[in-house]
Amino acid sequence: MSYYDFLFVIEVLVGGLLSGVMYSLVAIGFVLIYKTSGVLNFAQGSMVLFAALTFVSLVERGIPFALSLLITFAVMVALGFTIERTVLRPLVNRSPMTLFMATLGLSYIIEGAAQLIWGTQVHGLDLGIDDTPFEVGGILISSFDLLAAAIAAAMVAGLSAFFYWTRIGLAFRAVADDQFAALAVGLRLPRIWGTVWTAAGFVALVAGLLWGARLGVQFSLSLIVLKALPVLVLGGFDSILGAIVGGLIIGASEKLAEVYLGPFVGGGIEGWFAYALALVVLLVRPSGLFGQKTVERV
Amino acid sequence: MTFFSHLRKAAIATAFVLGATAVHAEEQYFPLQSYRVGPYAAGGTGFFGGFIDYLNLINIRDGGVNGVKLAWSEGETQYEVEKGVEVYERLKSNPGIAAWNPLSVGIAYAMIDRITDDKVPLITINHGRTDTTDGRVFPYVFPLLLNPYSETSGIVNYIASKEGGLDKLKGKNIVVLYHGSPYGKETIPIYELLSQKYGFELSQIEVPHPGNEQQAQWLTIRREHPDYVVLRGWGVMNPVALKTAQKTGFPADHIIGNVWSNSEEDVIPAGDAAKGYTAITTQASGERYPVVQEIVKTVYGDGKGNLEDKSRIGSVYHNLGIVNGILNVEAVRIAQAKFGNRTLTGDEVRWGFEHLKLDPARVEALGAKDLFHSINVSWDNHEGDGYVTFQQWDGKKWNVVSDWIAPDWKLLRPIIEKSSEAYAKEKGIKIRTAEDADAVVSN
Repeated sequence: MSYYDFLFVIEVLVGGLLSGVMYSLVAIGFVLIYKTSGVLNFAQGSMVLFAALTFVSLVERGIPFALSLLITFAVMVALGFTIERTVLRPLVNRSPMTLFMATLGLSYIIEGAAQLIWGTQVHGLDLGIDDTPFEVGGILISSFDLLAAAIAAAMVAGLSAFFYWTRIGLAFRAVADDQFAALAVGLRLPRIWGTVWTAAGFVALVAGLLWGARLGVQFSLSLIVLKALPVLVLGGFDSILGAIVGGLIIGASEKLAEVYLGPFVGGGIEGWFAYALALVVLLVRPSGLFGQKTVERV
Repeated sequence: MTFFSHLRKAAIATAFVLGATAVHAEEQYFPLQSYRVGPYAAGGTGFFGGFIDYLNLINIRDGGVNGVKLAWSEGETQYEVEKGVEVYERLKSNPGIAAWNPLSVGIAYAMIDRITDDKVPLITINHGRTDTTDGRVFPYVFPLLLNPYSETSGIVNYIASKEGGLDKLKGKNIVVLYHGSPYGKETIPIYELLSQKYGFELSQIEVPHPGNEQQAQWLTIRREHPDYVVLRGWGVMNPVALKTAQKTGFPADHIIGNVWSNSEEDVIPAGDAAKGYTAITTQASGERYPVVQEIVKTVYGDGKGNLEDKSRIGSVYHNLGIVNGILNVEAVRIAQAKFGNRTLTGDEVRWGFEHLKLDPARVEALGAKDLFHSINVSWDNHEGDGYVTFQQWDGKKWNVVSDWIAPDWKLLRPIIEKSSEAYAKEKGIKIRTAEDADAVVSN
């Protein structure tokens, strides 16, 4: 392998890792909900679309950036509480499949509502982040992706601090460990679920802005859930650390596979390669790399 | 577009549907399988908006085509094949159907057998399966102006013109980045053929659907150091390609987009990364063409314009819809000249399409000089030798940067015939003759 080839491998690897961070951003939203309520929220992608579309539509109507951000966050909080109150609370104690189907239906409703309220046009989203690449030792690195990774890292640090050092975070963890025990000691589950949906709304907003700046704000934003699912399978549905590590593994491996295996099988393999990798992990570790093992008394 | 404007649109659409059930004797009806919501709504609203605007212009300005009013109704497909077929089943019983215009490869494929049985034309302007160009095998399907093979030839000819001639292509390196779908893969053999013919190096790289992640593909492209990248994309794949090209240091002015990578919706989300990007088109964009100005004055002036956002008038999809309107209306007009100024049958309109010859003088008379070049459809050539031009994005609008370019139709025709004849053999279809094409069902 020549030096140039080696540099190219590193470049693909770095690009993949940075892409993986973007997948993790979406996956974290899933984890937050799943961890505390056991619901695989398929509507997370639609929430990303809704947040980004709301934000960009406000900005295009002349509302200042910061105020638009604030209003969008308020909208996402309201959306989170509404979903918890009108969809999930009436379905408490239903089977996981029922809850999953409810969020599947919810994703269609949110997508439809987003287009009904804000229209169907495609929007550009400029966050003011320069996206020209810079070179480090012969490797091109995207400044945008690097900043996105930094934002994701900051968000994970913030969420971790929130979980470990606040009373509500402690309550989150208690609920995640055992809902019935948490209820028995007096924790108010609806309030906690409402708060966790708010947190998921916030994650959707951050992911929506970063992915929106990457893809443009358009309907396809909701399809980014397809990138998050193998990350969740690999990392574990209830682990934020798993979402991060899973994202990095999926991002790096799918890019390396596309470049080095793709030419032997006709190319275009990264779409399914991530799922194939996740399936292999599933066979070895059914709970994912960092997921909590479920032990049930029978 | 606001919630209330959507409600208004829905009410108008409902009124159209209700109105369509009462098409009068001297009305020619266009069933529209439109998509105004869903992932491709931006293109759907532009195209069907332009088409309806032109039909409205003919009704308001001319009182219809030789006194025959044009009528239409819409059914929402969301670009989904099953919904497209459902709308077809719902609208096909309306009287006086002139032609179907679904603007969807999938829906068009699903309709070929049905409309052939119905004897009603199916228009797939700038898209559809290439071998439907052969009217000997596909009597009712019309990929007007441009089929995918002609598009490929047009792009290669344009690159050659930039390099100083076809002989200068030898030794050049071209990468085709294509959407991982039957649509994206359709031109693979033609690029290979042209690569062998002109001696350029060729790599074809697939982007999996939907194309929202292309880092690996563009790093591979960067390693290859191509002279040009041809972008055969769709939807979100296009802006992501332009943005990722910028990230990997590939210049936008060496990326040539195909006909479904050429709209404002493809470049606006890419921001500055799209500046200098060039794409093929069969119709220019902008409002300066007399027919577009007449639409603004007469249709929008009358409060009947279809686009909610008037800034989209003259956009790529809107102008494509207008050109599609011109071609449909002129086919009806040509058929009327033979069969009489009345509501025509689908088969009579098919005859009209098979005699749709609009030379540059006629195009100018229609107010579309420089909007599109010309068309010359015949009973066995359903594409009609459309010319192409190239437009470059300056960050705000498209600017035409080439003359009208002719694809290499002679080179492509034998390949098309080989494919269509194989289809005819597989389906047991009798190959038509000119005499067969002149036999018309009039009731």
